[in-house]
Amino acid sequence: MIALSDYLILGGLLFVIAVAGILLNRKNLILILICIELMLLAVNMNFIAFSHFLGDMTGQVFVFFILTVAAAESAIGLAILVVLFRTRRTINVEDLDALKG
Amino acid sequence: MAQKLIFYLFAIITLWSAVMVITRKNPVHAVLFLVLTFGTSAALWILLEAEFLGIALILVYVGAVLVLFLFVVMMLDIDLAALRAGFVHNLPLALLIAAVMATEILLLVGSSEFGLEQFPKPAPLGAEIDNTRELGRLLYTVHVYPVEIAAVILLLAIVAAIRLTLRRRSDHRSPDPARQIRVERSERIRLVKMSPEDVSPLAPASCPENSTASN
Repeated sequence: MIALSDYLILGGLLFVIAVAGILLNRKNLILILICIELMLLAVNMNFIAFSHFLGDMTGQVFVFFILTVAAAESAIGLAILVVLFRTRRTINVEDLDALKG
Repeated sequence: MAQKLIFYLFAIITLWSAVMVITRKNPVHAVLFLVLTFGTSAALWILLEAEFLGIALILVYVGAVLVLFLFVVMMLDIDLAALRAGFVHNLPLALLIAAVMATEILLLVGSSEFGLEQFPKPAPLGAEIDNTRELGRLLYTVHVYPVEIAAVILLLAIVAAIRLTLRRRSDHRSPDPARQIRVERSERIRLVKMSPEDVSPLAPASCPENSTASN
């Protein structure tokens, strides 16, 4: 049978792939946002696996709220990206140094 | 056995498409592979008896959020070559960090700690237990306050996204409600005194507009 560890390993590997994606595509703001979505998916996978194996529905409630907040986050993030592209004509992260960070 | 086969099939598709997401040159392809990742993940969630969230992932995430991503990616006219410049340069570091993190996670969540001995497979829920009903009952009784906060967060996202992308054009003409409700009667209506007209009935032939009005 499928053990809890299988799901946790799948979630962990998804998270690692997302981290590697952020490091690989450090200049592309869209791909960074996409990788954040992948990370949230990995976290949700863990929540649902634990919810199933512990018999506790609260994990699924948590996933529900994570989905809500992630949708809001990506909507605002993409809006900022569109405004940024409109004013600076670029989404290269290395060109966005107006704050001298 | 069939469940195991389905799990491994979908897990492999999920991981493969996630790797495709981060390695594609074209962001449109990356988003399409992300759709595949979310779709197969939804299947895995349904395998874990989280049917409502599996369907919600497809409807809300693939149907709304990823389509939003696609729209934005297709609208922006970006220079892909410049954005890909550091890819090969960053590859060794990214692979190293990914390998270290993966090893750490595998050591932590291997089958010796979270195997079937420690967490036995729960008995499958019967058809009489409705996942959506249970989740809804929990959401609207125990967690009703967080639901309200989530609603406010979504409203905030709507207002923020619209306000950010709203473009004010200089030649745009729109009514100003504040001025509209402040208007005085004297600015719009002017009563004039005039002497009464001669209202004696005329012959229809000599006054055509009068005859059409009476018809």
